[in-house]
Amino acid sequence: MSRKAQAVKLLDEQGRRVDGRLPDEMRPLKIEVGKLKNADGSAYVELGNNKVIAAVYGPREVVPRHEALPDRALLRCRYSMLPFSVAERKSPQPTRREIEISKVVREALAPAIFLEEYPRTAIDVYIHVIEADGGTRTASIIAAATALADAGVAMRDLVAAVAIGKIGEVLVVDINGLEDQYGDGDMPIAMMPQLGEVTLLQADGVFKPEEIKRALEMASKHIRYIHSVQVRALKETYAKVEEGEVVG
Amino acid sequence: MQGAQRILVPGEVVGEKEGRGRVEVEGAVYKAGSQYRAKTLSVARYDERGNVLRVIPLKGKYIPSVGDIVIGIIVEVGFTSWLVDINSPYTAVLPVSEVSSRPVTIPRSDLSKILDEGDMILAKVISFDKTKDPVLTIKESKLGKIQRGLLVEISPKKVPRVIGRKGSMIKLIESMLDVEVVVGQNGRVLVVGSDRRREEIAALAIKKIEAEAHTEGLTSRIKEYIEGMLR
Repeated sequence: MSRKAQAVKLLDEQGRRVDGRLPDEMRPLKIEVGKLKNADGSAYVELGNNKVIAAVYGPREVVPRHEALPDRALLRCRYSMLPFSVAERKSPQPTRREIEISKVVREALAPAIFLEEYPRTAIDVYIHVIEADGGTRTASIIAAATALADAGVAMRDLVAAVAIGKIGEVLVVDINGLEDQYGDGDMPIAMMPQLGEVTLLQADGVFKPEEIKRALEMASKHIRYIHSVQVRALKETYAKVEEGEVVG
Repeated sequence: MQGAQRILVPGEVVGEKEGRGRVEVEGAVYKAGSQYRAKTLSVARYDERGNVLRVIPLKGKYIPSVGDIVIGIIVEVGFTSWLVDINSPYTAVLPVSEVSSRPVTIPRSDLSKILDEGDMILAKVISFDKTKDPVLTIKESKLGKIQRGLLVEISPKKVPRVIGRKGSMIKLIESMLDVEVVVGQNGRVLVVGSDRRREEIAALAIKKIEAEAHTEGLTSRIKEYIEGMLR
């Protein structure tokens, strides 16, 4: 076991993690669809202590005009952590980290959208982290993909994501803030669940080739579960709309 | 829940377990290998004969297509054309040549005398190919400036329900309330009647159709609703 992991005990003798989960256990996931009335589509995601809200506007006219692409839609994502989302106040100015996450979230979503169906338009995705506890980028992808579907944007598939972490030699799923800080590795993976294609794979820490293989297997199992939650949230919301209870 | 069964999410395989014969799938789908998958959040329903499965999107923006009748609002008056908001990501162009067949002397005539900002028009899309903005015409009969009436905005994807099967829903509203209903494919609906109160009832009925689109027995419920309002 590495020095860092010993400093903070992330796995106890029974193989339980700091929050009592088993290595192959996700935090509870809750998704709500269509919470924002002004947006074309929206989703609110709770993943353990993470609280994330995503709003989708578009396809709409591109402002500024010269940024429009002649053959496809411009997908713009903005990930931002609110000042009160972490214990110490976070300056509202976008940090390097937020700019990076905006980029990777955009690139994780882009392959799933039929961007060529909406040339010269923009699809804007705004993601706000209300409370953060490790794995906000995966929660953001889950929320953004669900919001895109809610907006009625043409997509190949939804996108779901989960982070695989490493504590000593043990691979753990969906790492929380502590495990992210003191663990030995973090590998966020996003996939199109029904098509089985990977759209995001980042990693920090050292992973052996067979560990990457195992991580992908673990991730695809949990991504299937996340997808089922996304589908249920969407279908339940629209079943209600169909019965005329709620509009929008 | 029976209602939830028919709702499709993007990427979901459409009509896989149907063993009986070949079922044709049409609508908002794409083909991946040999399977059809839904493109958008939509509902799947069979047509009357049960051999065509239609995938109908539940939400989305209006994307123009040639031949559509739309209701637009003039947003800008230019030297030789107008820019028209058609409730879509694309702004439409209405050139002078598509307004009057008589030649218009550009320098001397001010186009705002013909159509001004804020004016509403009923127009037809005559060209749109995604690289160029849609072009409208108002030269055909019935098209042109809208003088009066009540405008209702609904989701463009709910327009087929407001029209009803072979226009049945419109006919119902028109005959019960003695109004004329003009439906733009872009989700704008115009109600013209002699009585303000009846126009308002028609507008409310259209809003009700939008809210309850894709439910069974909608036509009879709308009929009851209008009867209730008239009393």
